[in-house]
Amino acid sequence: MKLPLVYVARNLWVRRLTTALTAGGMALVVFVFAAVLMLEAGLRQTLVATGSADNVLAIRKGAATEVQSGIAREQAALIESLPQVARDADGRARVSKEVVVLNSLPKRSDDGSASATRSNVPIRGVPPMGLALRPQLKLVQGRMFRPGSSEIVVGASVARQFAGVELGQSLSFAQRQWQVVGVFDAGRTAFDSEIWGDAEQLSQAFRRFGYSSVIAQLDSPDAFEALLAAVETDPRLTVEIKRERQFYEDQSRALSNFLRFLGLTLSVIFSLGAVIGAAITMYAAVATRTGEIGTLRALGFARRSILAAFLLESLLLALSGGLVGLVAASFLQAITISTTNFQSFSELAFSFALTPGIVVNSVAFALAMGLIGGFLPAVKASRMKIVDALRAD
Amino acid sequence: MFFLKLVVRNALRARLRTALTVLGLVIALAAFGLLQTVVQAWYAGADAASPTRLVSRNSISLVFPLPIYYRDKIRAIDGVRGVATSNWFGGVWRDERSFFAQFAVDSPQFFAMYPEFIFEPGQWADFLRDRRGAAVGRQLADLYGFKVGDRLPIRGTIYPGNHEFTVRAIYEGRDEATITRQMYFHYDYLNEYLKARFPRGANNVGVFVVDVTDPARVADVARTIDAEFANSLAETLTETEKAFQLSFVAMVETIVRVISSVSYIVILIILAVAANTMAMTARERLAEYATLKALGFGPSFVARLILAESLVIAVTGGAIAIALTPPVAAGFFDAVGRTVFARFEVEPSTYLLQAAAALALGLLAALVPMVRSARLKIVDGLRHVG
Repeated sequence: MKLPLVYVARNLWVRRLTTALTAGGMALVVFVFAAVLMLEAGLRQTLVATGSADNVLAIRKGAATEVQSGIAREQAALIESLPQVARDADGRARVSKEVVVLNSLPKRSDDGSASATRSNVPIRGVPPMGLALRPQLKLVQGRMFRPGSSEIVVGASVARQFAGVELGQSLSFAQRQWQVVGVFDAGRTAFDSEIWGDAEQLSQAFRRFGYSSVIAQLDSPDAFEALLAAVETDPRLTVEIKRERQFYEDQSRALSNFLRFLGLTLSVIFSLGAVIGAAITMYAAVATRTGEIGTLRALGFARRSILAAFLLESLLLALSGGLVGLVAASFLQAITISTTNFQSFSELAFSFALTPGIVVNSVAFALAMGLIGGFLPAVKASRMKIVDALRAD
Repeated sequence: MFFLKLVVRNALRARLRTALTVLGLVIALAAFGLLQTVVQAWYAGADAASPTRLVSRNSISLVFPLPIYYRDKIRAIDGVRGVATSNWFGGVWRDERSFFAQFAVDSPQFFAMYPEFIFEPGQWADFLRDRRGAAVGRQLADLYGFKVGDRLPIRGTIYPGNHEFTVRAIYEGRDEATITRQMYFHYDYLNEYLKARFPRGANNVGVFVVDVTDPARVADVARTIDAEFANSLAETLTETEKAFQLSFVAMVETIVRVISSVSYIVILIILAVAANTMAMTARERLAEYATLKALGFGPSFVARLILAESLVIAVTGGAIAIALTPPVAAGFFDAVGRTVFARFEVEPSTYLLQAAAALALGLLAALVPMVRSARLKIVDGLRHVG
């Protein structure tokens, strides 16, 4: 015979203050657990969304980022001539030869002026084809830069986080004034944290003779293996080819591993506190209801039912705490975090992202805390002898 | 004396509950201390910076180099005692996980400006003599077991190719604050390599470290250096070594801030646990409190009884946590921290914060039960069944 769930829930309701405090402690643990995982998921989503499925990216062998890489003009031309590369209606290769450098800019303080803190912003020089390869880029203010001019457009996150990059303002670097003529939104991708300008103008200004990276669209999605083989067998090409999506996923790895390690370590340590809280509460519940347990046993409820009832009470307590923590964490989705990605050494903006996996994991984590905290008290309750328990009051 | 005895007896009545609460407090306050230490460890590099050293870098960003001939121009500026070059190498030894920093420096000048690195004279001479020699700090040598004479193959990421260095010297730090977790080698080696393989990259350096004669003139000298190269191909940005180091911390400031705020959440979690313990304790003893009041003890006596019990529990937990923090921090540093942090010391301020947090916890946990029991009517209390 099982004890009804209402009995379990009522017990929690009767001791509201204790229930609220214990569940509150668990809610905080689940909040931290979910928040850090959401941060990591947001980072990965941002970087993975940056790459397109049918684009490949070439950087110099051994280089870890576009900024470190250098590709000579002859090599870029060789990649352009490969048969696996897509061509447009006029027969031009759908290849973008780009220059990426970092510029250290002052961050924007709350009143919009320049603060003393600086961070690195990637400046990407793109040819007209580069824009065609990134259809996700939408202008939200102003217009696109004119090829062959000292004009730049800034990503939406850069416009929000940095000072001096508003429409109409100009940046001064490499002995030139660069006019901001537009702000673009690249739909929550890493491009939102970049500044774009004309490839030839930027490489001249920075006195770069080669390119940083070459992005090519594949003729068909499954042409990747053939392209890879063609590049690897050509001794003139000292480049590494990756799918664009893979490249950006690799860029997130160090920071993402760090966040995950941090989140799990903190959650496990913090959960010890909450588990102890649950154990204290459940021991007290068992102690104050000793007579009641005796009565239930005398009425014919089995030890198993008593064990189940107390475990269920603890699980319910943890579940309510976990749900409160999860709901609180879900509000974090409105917040955008901006920090330096260790790997690319440049500023990257990303949001907290709540995925179904995180919801499941958070609930499971909360239930595990309830199970561990409630187990010993529930065993104690189920082992009581009827006579002793009835005599207790 | 009678009061204290009563308090301790009360605390020991529900032994398991008190023990669990103290255990929770110990874990939470030790975790809080550890997180505070992690936050402070980020700033260790900046704390070790000298007030008379300046760092000049390309004003666009660190990715852009400065021409080597700037060295002589900077040296000629009034107030400058010495100039040395330092160049981030960014190579990979073994694999990406075994990270350590390597710098190409112009050896005698550079180390003349860093008296905190102490060389054994024989090793120093060997290091200077070998163009492919490397000087490895004591912390780094201990971390990966490097010994004098070891060969270090390092794969370049910024400077392509495989480079092989020989450990010629292991330098010691002058004091605890000195960070010796990096490797230095000769800029001349790097420059010759670049001249042969990538001539356009040669004769460039990452930053200049400038030693100023008088700490009071630091800002002045920095302005003069930047003015000297204004409107040139490579403009400079000169700042104190401390500001330079802090700019790296600022880049990951968001994450440091997250860790710092999370460290206060663990206090909140344990506050909920401690408050729950006190609330339950007080509720069970309502009849006793009513009896005490009926015997003539005032409402403040009962309140003080609860507060004292809460404080005894919190202070016990706090004291154990403070005693455990140094070994926990040392264990954490050995297990995972050594590859990330150069220095991991618990600051005295951390102990003070822990003690303050323990007191605040004791006080806040007792608040609601204190008010409730003080307001308690004797009749209701005596009628109450736990």
